[in-house]
Amino acid sequence: MIPAAFDYARPSTVEEALQVIAEGGDDVKVLAGGQSLIPVMRLRLAAPELVVDLTRIPELRGVREDGDALVVGAMTTHSDVLTDPLLARYGQLLVQATETVADRQVRHRGTFGGALAHADPAGDLPAVALALDAEFVLAGPSGRRTVPATEFFVDYLTTALEEGELLVEIRLPKLGEDWGVRYEKFNRVAQAWSIVAVAAAVRREGGRIAEARIGLTNMGSTPLRATATEQALLGADVSLEAVTAAAALAADGTSPSSDLNAQADYRQHLARVLTRRALAAATGL
Amino acid sequence: MTVTEDAATVAPAKEVGQARRRKEDARLITGRTTWTDNMVLPGMLHMSVLRSPVAHARITHLDVGAAQERPNVVAVLTGRDLAEEQGSIPCAWPVTPDMVNPGHPSVAVDQVNHVGEAVALVIARSRTAAADALEAIDIDYESLPVVLDMEEAVTGGADLVHGHTESNTSFHWVFDAGEAGTGADTEQAFAEADVVVSRRFVQQRLIPAFMEPRSVVVQPSGDNFTLWSSTQIPHILRVMLAMVTGIPEHKLRVIAPDVGGGFGGKLQVNPEEVLCLLAARRLGKPVKWTETRSESLMSAHHGRDQIQYIDIAADREGNVKGLRCRILADMGAYLRLVTPGVPVLGAFMFVGIYKFPAYRFECDGVFTNKVPTDAYRGAGRPEATFAIERIMDELAVELGMDPLELRRKNWIDAAEFPFTTAAGLEYDSGDYEAATQQALQLLGYDELRAEQQRRRESGDPVQLGIGFSTFTEMCGLAPSRVLGSLSYGAGGWESASIRMLPTGKVEVVAGTTPHGQGHETAWSQIVADQLGVPFEDVEVLHGDTAVSSRGMDTYGSRSLVVGGTAVVKAAEKVVAKARTIAAHMLEASEDDLEFTGGKFSVRGTPGASVGIQEVALAVFASHDYPEGIEPTIDAEATFDPENFSFPPGTHICAMEVDTETGFVKIRKYASVDDVGTIVNPLIVEGQVHGGLAQGIAQALYEEAIYDADGNLTTGTFVDYLVPSAADLPHFDTGNTVHAAPGNPLGAKGVGEAGCIASTPAVVNAALDAVRHLGVTDIRMPLTPERVWRAIHQGGDGGDRATAGSNAYGGAQTETTAGVSTPASALGGDK
Amino acid sequence: MTQITVRVDGQSYSDDVEPRTLLVHYLREQLGKVGTVVGCDTSNCGACTVHLDGEAVKSCTVLAVQADGGTVTTIEGIADGGTLHPMQKAFHDMHGLQCGFCTPGMIMASIDLVGDNPDPSEDEVREGIEGNLCRCTGYQNIVRAVQQAAAEMRGASTGAPSTTEAVAQS
Repeated sequence: MIPAAFDYARPSTVEEALQVIAEGGDDVKVLAGGQSLIPVMRLRLAAPELVVDLTRIPELRGVREDGDALVVGAMTTHSDVLTDPLLARYGQLLVQATETVADRQVRHRGTFGGALAHADPAGDLPAVALALDAEFVLAGPSGRRTVPATEFFVDYLTTALEEGELLVEIRLPKLGEDWGVRYEKFNRVAQAWSIVAVAAAVRREGGRIAEARIGLTNMGSTPLRATATEQALLGADVSLEAVTAAAALAADGTSPSSDLNAQADYRQHLARVLTRRALAAATGL
Repeated sequence: MTVTEDAATVAPAKEVGQARRRKEDARLITGRTTWTDNMVLPGMLHMSVLRSPVAHARITHLDVGAAQERPNVVAVLTGRDLAEEQGSIPCAWPVTPDMVNPGHPSVAVDQVNHVGEAVALVIARSRTAAADALEAIDIDYESLPVVLDMEEAVTGGADLVHGHTESNTSFHWVFDAGEAGTGADTEQAFAEADVVVSRRFVQQRLIPAFMEPRSVVVQPSGDNFTLWSSTQIPHILRVMLAMVTGIPEHKLRVIAPDVGGGFGGKLQVNPEEVLCLLAARRLGKPVKWTETRSESLMSAHHGRDQIQYIDIAADREGNVKGLRCRILADMGAYLRLVTPGVPVLGAFMFVGIYKFPAYRFECDGVFTNKVPTDAYRGAGRPEATFAIERIMDELAVELGMDPLELRRKNWIDAAEFPFTTAAGLEYDSGDYEAATQQALQLLGYDELRAEQQRRRESGDPVQLGIGFSTFTEMCGLAPSRVLGSLSYGAGGWESASIRMLPTGKVEVVAGTTPHGQGHETAWSQIVADQLGVPFEDVEVLHGDTAVSSRGMDTYGSRSLVVGGTAVVKAAEKVVAKARTIAAHMLEASEDDLEFTGGKFSVRGTPGASVGIQEVALAVFASHDYPEGIEPTIDAEATFDPENFSFPPGTHICAMEVDTETGFVKIRKYASVDDVGTIVNPLIVEGQVHGGLAQGIAQALYEEAIYDADGNLTTGTFVDYLVPSAADLPHFDTGNTVHAAPGNPLGAKGVGEAGCIASTPAVVNAALDAVRHLGVTDIRMPLTPERVWRAIHQGGDGGDRATAGSNAYGGAQTETTAGVSTPASALGGDK
Repeated sequence: MTQITVRVDGQSYSDDVEPRTLLVHYLREQLGKVGTVVGCDTSNCGACTVHLDGEAVKSCTVLAVQADGGTVTTIEGIADGGTLHPMQKAFHDMHGLQCGFCTPGMIMASIDLVGDNPDPSEDEVREGIEGNLCRCTGYQNIVRAVQQAAAEMRGASTGAPSTTEAVAQS
């Protein structure tokens, strides 16, 4: 199918982009990698009047260090993520999850920021960002603001981005060698979205778990944290028993949807099993 | 004429049997082929189709005025506009005299009966303009009750799909071996049996999902029309379009250029083919229609969709005594080309390879508010094979027997061929034991059984199972007289002709029409052997009714068996004609000529010989040829088989089941097929691989799902799961060879084998892995959720939720027809 | 309409396009590069795969305007004159295609894969082409083809068995 007609702008700076968006009226869509937006427009589920293409804004692409944080430009492609040396060292959870996104062609075009701003609860990267307590830097007509991940994901396909705002970069904590990570994805065929997935990062001190961060993909209308599991793990032994007991709480408080791939109760079951597996892998059990 | 010193002709290596690389590839790997959508003609217009977003409704209001005013729109046509000329999509297989055929308009006139049914057409100067104008058509519907569930649809008082019919049953078709004289009385067999096992199996609805979307181009020229279509059946399509539209057959030329897969899905007279032709006739301009994938999934015919109630009777020792099958077959909303024939074709295969003394089959064709079903790879036979191979496993469990032992006890022994089954078919040849032994070795059976035992004992969360399918299929469609006895509307012969060109090159004109099968290569190999000419000197022409005037096209694993035989017979005629000329040239008696390696030589006269390619030149000049014959060695042949061919085989699947998540993964897959003589092992292996992929996909991945309103939930490839390379295993394939006695090639057919055999092997394997946990059945496809539920909650895994996944904002069929929804605002990278 | 300049298969083109024109439709309908085909609406099938600035992309999910100033390579541009690309040759040798509709995209994705991973294992090939659907082959011969081409592209002797042997063994 062919998208409905639209006007097109291709700014070369963030400032220019914000201006174009501000002047673009009510029905503007921002095109990042386009790997979700273009199919949606082809199906005519979206028919914006203006599409603002961010692919030629160099300042939005790349990964840099800023003290204890990694700063990932919103237009950094999934392929960039997979080959970036900083992320290879400090961002393994993101790398693991990104490896499971769609297929190599899509990863060449699709972007980290685009996937987060799209906020598809079945997408793999929002749960990672949430688990890591990423900070979202949004640029708007009146300047920049930083939104924590817990506030960024508002609802199904809905974020804290206000009209006229752009997601420009994402700040992630560096995870050092004391962290173990695992993205455990469950789907029926290779290139599909997650039915459920679990993003786990665990920091060990001695034989105990000092910190655990667990994000859940597709367990609700937004990505979720498995808070009860995280709590249960604090100070726990690194043992299969402890991990299993904590993982049994992974679906607490979730209300996932039912669709042809899974009904809600099965999704909750999967969340528990996958959390146990993710934790076991992250802690090297 | 060549006179050589060395008359001892060394026969060249036979082409048949060689793994020749395909001739077709050169254009396909370079992107230089002709798909129908590549066609561009001067003044060509583009057609787009507005499709019903509702499953069952009366059209109460339809205003196309605004669409007509859209830029570059040439015409907008509705069912009312075309009511007088569109006729009905033909059904060529009235399986019973009283079969109800409600008629099938190409574009709905006043009522729609399934989501995706055409309700209006836009013809515009560009594809884009045609698509845009759909949004300007104003249409209102008044809902009617939606009929989706077959078991409900056949109960008294059920809502009707077609108000003018008495029920939702199209036909009731029965085969009873006792009545037919091919077996004993079935009821008595069951009454006397020690053991009866009964099961209800669901053959889910599938979508053929050929990779090339359907496409049609029609070019009018005066009162002549040329129609290019991505079709498997140019010849049948021509006849049918002539009948439907009234355009005289000789004014209509149909061309199937390169066709990107069919699998039965392009064995159809499509509404859009009719509509494109009518639009081109009306406008006097070339018109093209190419579907989108969403259109394809919701409006091209689907396959399978049966509910099977199977009873098997046996004695305690495991000798089968009777088989009783009652089938509900979902026709969808209309009858298309062979819709009702699909279950009837399967009726003869439910007994499989086993010596049932008694057999009864009953089938009801049922209307529902879904897209019609029709042929999909195997067409009736996968359904039958699934039922028998699943119930044999269930019987084995009931008897406490090894499933392979039970099969062995009941299958036809190699020495018993030809064998007439209780379904009345005479199986030609095979050796089921030999194939099974080879398959067991390929799989590494003993080792896997030992591992299965270890996993059971240790309570491993990942359990292992092994499943069998020992099967045969019915190929080489078909003996015309048999088709006649089954009320099919056409014959099953095939035609071929051979033209010997003056330079010695050879044109083979075939009535078969490939769409990936490699006929150009295989037919060249056959002709190279028959005529003794180089493989490279043969060109195969097909798929154009002006070039190949006679043909029955390609489906049902028939092309090599029936069409290849026609090629052989045409070649034999060429040689016979050439012999007369060669004798004249060599001044010898025909009886004294030997024909080897493309040369006629005179027995006992070393050095006196002439090549058939030289004869072709001589006959072109025709300066000197015998009296009383026509100066040509070209020939045509038509072959009508006397029987089907029956390629058997043994497929074994080893399956890992993650009991915690329900995820299933094929550990190993081995198959040994007997497809008779192998013309090209490369192509045969490829056909088996492709069939396996589709059969495994039915077991594990694919299902067309409709929600309670009749929307196709699996309306894109996001939710209709065609497996990728990463989702399928490596296949270990092998062959046994028992030449088919029914044709000179000895070929049995291979196109459907993998697809027919594999599905039950996969399901049996999964069940074998978890049977000790109390699981007795799992519905296809074996989604992880179903497997998990069957293990942990009992039952067969139950119905799936019908909502689509939320990918792309939950893109479903209702939203792909240009209808905007509240979800429209949601999608995207905002 | 927006004017774009694109280099496709070694030739430079300048055209006016509607912003909504997909790259694949631009290639097929404006440039006549019909070797690249469309198989779905949702970026699943990969039939439309081409290289844009050296990376495999699904040309149904890229706007033609986004290729402005870029370089596109299609299936029609990978042979070196009359010499097939090793990937094309391997698909032929290994019978890695039947109907051939997915083949252009499959070949372009496979070249991209081998560019990143010159010696992929069977599993790596299978995952590497997960974005390309084939309905005919069951993929096994495609996997063989990609491995054979990879061997040829890295200049090593063929690691995979010859097809004749493979057929005889199987």
